[in-house]
Amino acid sequence: MNLFTRSACSLVIATAFCSTALAAKTDITLGMALEPPNLDPTGGAAAAIDEVVYANIYEGLTRFGADGSVNPGLASSWLIEQEGKRYVFKLRTGVKYHDGADFTAADVKFSLDRARGEDSTNAQKGLFANIADVEVIDDATVAINLENPDGNLLFNLAWGDAIILDEASADSAATSPVGTGPFKFSNWVQGDRIEIERNPDYWGEAVALEKATFKFISDPTAAFAALMAGDVDAFPNYPAPENLPQLEADPRFSVVLGSTEGETILSMNNQSEALSDVRVRRAISHAIDRQAIIDGAMFGYGTPIGSHFAPHHPSYIDLTGNSEYNPEMARLLLKEAGLENDLTLSLKLPPPAYARRGGEIIAAQLREVGVETNIENVEWAQWLEQVFRGKDFDLTIVSHTEPMDIGIYARDDYYFQYNNPNFVGLMEAFNVETNPEQRDVMLKQAQTLISEDYVNGFLFQLAKTGVANTKIQGLWENQPTQANDLTGVSWTD
Amino acid sequence: MLVYLFKRLSSLVITLLVASLVVFTVIEVVPGDPASYMLGMNASPETVAALKAELGLDQGRVARYFGWLGGMLQGDFGISYTYRTPVAEMVAERLMVSLPLAIYALSLAIALAFPAGLLAASRRGGAADSIVMAITQLGVAIPNFWFAMWLVLLFAINWQWFSAGGFPGWEVGLFAGLKALTLPAVALALPQASILARVLRSSLLDVLNEDYLRTARAKGLTRRQALWRHALRNAMIPVLTIIGLQFSFLLAGAIIIENVFFLPGLGRLIFQSIAQRDLIVVESVIMLLVFAVVMVTFLVDLAYAWVDPRMRRGR
Repeated sequence: MNLFTRSACSLVIATAFCSTALAAKTDITLGMALEPPNLDPTGGAAAAIDEVVYANIYEGLTRFGADGSVNPGLASSWLIEQEGKRYVFKLRTGVKYHDGADFTAADVKFSLDRARGEDSTNAQKGLFANIADVEVIDDATVAINLENPDGNLLFNLAWGDAIILDEASADSAATSPVGTGPFKFSNWVQGDRIEIERNPDYWGEAVALEKATFKFISDPTAAFAALMAGDVDAFPNYPAPENLPQLEADPRFSVVLGSTEGETILSMNNQSEALSDVRVRRAISHAIDRQAIIDGAMFGYGTPIGSHFAPHHPSYIDLTGNSEYNPEMARLLLKEAGLENDLTLSLKLPPPAYARRGGEIIAAQLREVGVETNIENVEWAQWLEQVFRGKDFDLTIVSHTEPMDIGIYARDDYYFQYNNPNFVGLMEAFNVETNPEQRDVMLKQAQTLISEDYVNGFLFQLAKTGVANTKIQGLWENQPTQANDLTGVSWTD
Repeated sequence: MLVYLFKRLSSLVITLLVASLVVFTVIEVVPGDPASYMLGMNASPETVAALKAELGLDQGRVARYFGWLGGMLQGDFGISYTYRTPVAEMVAERLMVSLPLAIYALSLAIALAFPAGLLAASRRGGAADSIVMAITQLGVAIPNFWFAMWLVLLFAINWQWFSAGGFPGWEVGLFAGLKALTLPAVALALPQASILARVLRSSLLDVLNEDYLRTARAKGLTRRQALWRHALRNAMIPVLTIIGLQFSFLLAGAIIIENVFFLPGLGRLIFQSIAQRDLIVVESVIMLLVFAVVMVTFLVDLAYAWVDPRMRRGR
């Protein structure tokens, strides 16, 4: 709003024109690097699906807030009965799907049974493994009975994979999603953009935006050009950290640095010949200079971690000291293990920049202590087949982006093949524990255990680097789950 | 003429069949499968198996090949594994961008190349010739993505006359659609125009040395008349070959330019589908492109016959 229009408006009596000129923009265009393959968050793991639909189109019983807290969603309240084995949810009433159908307790039963059923194709089916049955008490009350007490249930139900669908429209969720959220799906030009618009019949507080467009720009240079040319208003996960200083200096944009749930690690195959020796794993951990990797591969964006745990979590403890950069100690440990200047490891790198750039730096750092690496660049599909399922690797770099996923260290068939009965026992106890203080203690023990076992090389927590027009407010700063929640987003004048 | 046509048509069918077998085999041996890709890192093997069964990936390769081939013959390209929409619809949508872009770029290239080539050939050794040769040399040498970035920097970021990329869709209007394709088309056309102009020039110069042109001049035609009436038509054969190749290239090979301008074209569809192991889309799109290339070659063959009557006898 410039001075001229403002003074002109105060003079002009016919305010109709001025009120439109004064009104803030109500549409927004967001850039995303990847296009979602489809729009059904219950049938695929792609983060891009949730980045469009989570909290905008679809809602679950609970939902994540911007700070990662678990808040009421379609359930307004709940009671925990039978010492944590039964959860009774009171549902919101008067909620309608975008096609006009009513939301009832039967939909909750349908959605959860579908997600955990035998032929379910839910990527996070494990979240529902502990559910014994879902019981409809009346239209507005539903109970979930569990096999074992579960302190994670409310958290698990907040995931995008646990959203509630209507049976009548569930099968077409991939291409024309129908949810209960504040936005309705309106258009998808494949390869270019997805458009959503305000749902006028939303049960909650109406959103400020009338329309939102997600535009897919995979090339980092094109992403920069699109911002500069004004084609997109914001890039919540800006793909090219090298441009950030330039964007920060531009008064039109603000750069927002936040954290994600992505623990970026140098995964080690704990069952491979050399790496089954904890001294070798420890040597590799000491050979790594985390800050050099953060500076070199991520242009300084990222927080060092010493275990598999997010630094912004209340139960986080800083364990980077266990594996501080110390090449001499690394050499000594390798000598002790009988592998002085006699170790060659494969290092398989998936496409993201953190892996490809980070991998080169790690290879150079390992060479300093006498460890040679054979770098092999792989595509994601190849990585999943060879590394993740085939376990055919020594080292790889990957960011584990699921929230609160330290439990993967309790799975002995998981690709890094860590196998420690103490850790498994600790996680089993943690999962049935409902006392918050006890849970906090256990999480700290778990972090310490894997840090001191040098299971993987713990590198850094992936930063969320968002760029937005300075007049936009309400975008999530951090990324407690992969989402672009637009419910609180608006333009200032 | 009929024999010629028949020969060309049968070679077209055989090429397509061989191509389908090669495309299918090559893509099947690539490691990775679409179900694992879609479900990511937390899915259990049972979930992956359930999705594979749902997608029909649990059938044997031979069965899938014939199912795919049979479907294509009836115009059914199958359903994309990841997008869950019919492949034919997806491809049609992408063609709405790629085909106009290729035609636009080729028209621009021809519109630039013909005057330049004719001018250079008719003023051989003169200043105009040198200038055309220098500019086209540069046009061939500059990588088109680099040129594209300059176009974006100038026209989209500095002057903001054009969007930096994207495609609004033809339903917004013909002008908006063409405007969105203009910078990409210019970026694609520059190197093609340069190649075409150089080929046209050298082809014309070859023809200008022929006896029949001297005869034409002796008959009393001016240089220009001789060039237009006798030389141009005879110089067209190599030029048509190049135009045919360029069209095929523009249709399938615009992927880098599509990335620079984030256009939803065929190239990006293939790229994305390969990464996601959406094999049925990759196979179908590649087949479609093979078909397009074969068709263009066929049409160029027909055009040869049109400009050169000797070819009609079908030797």
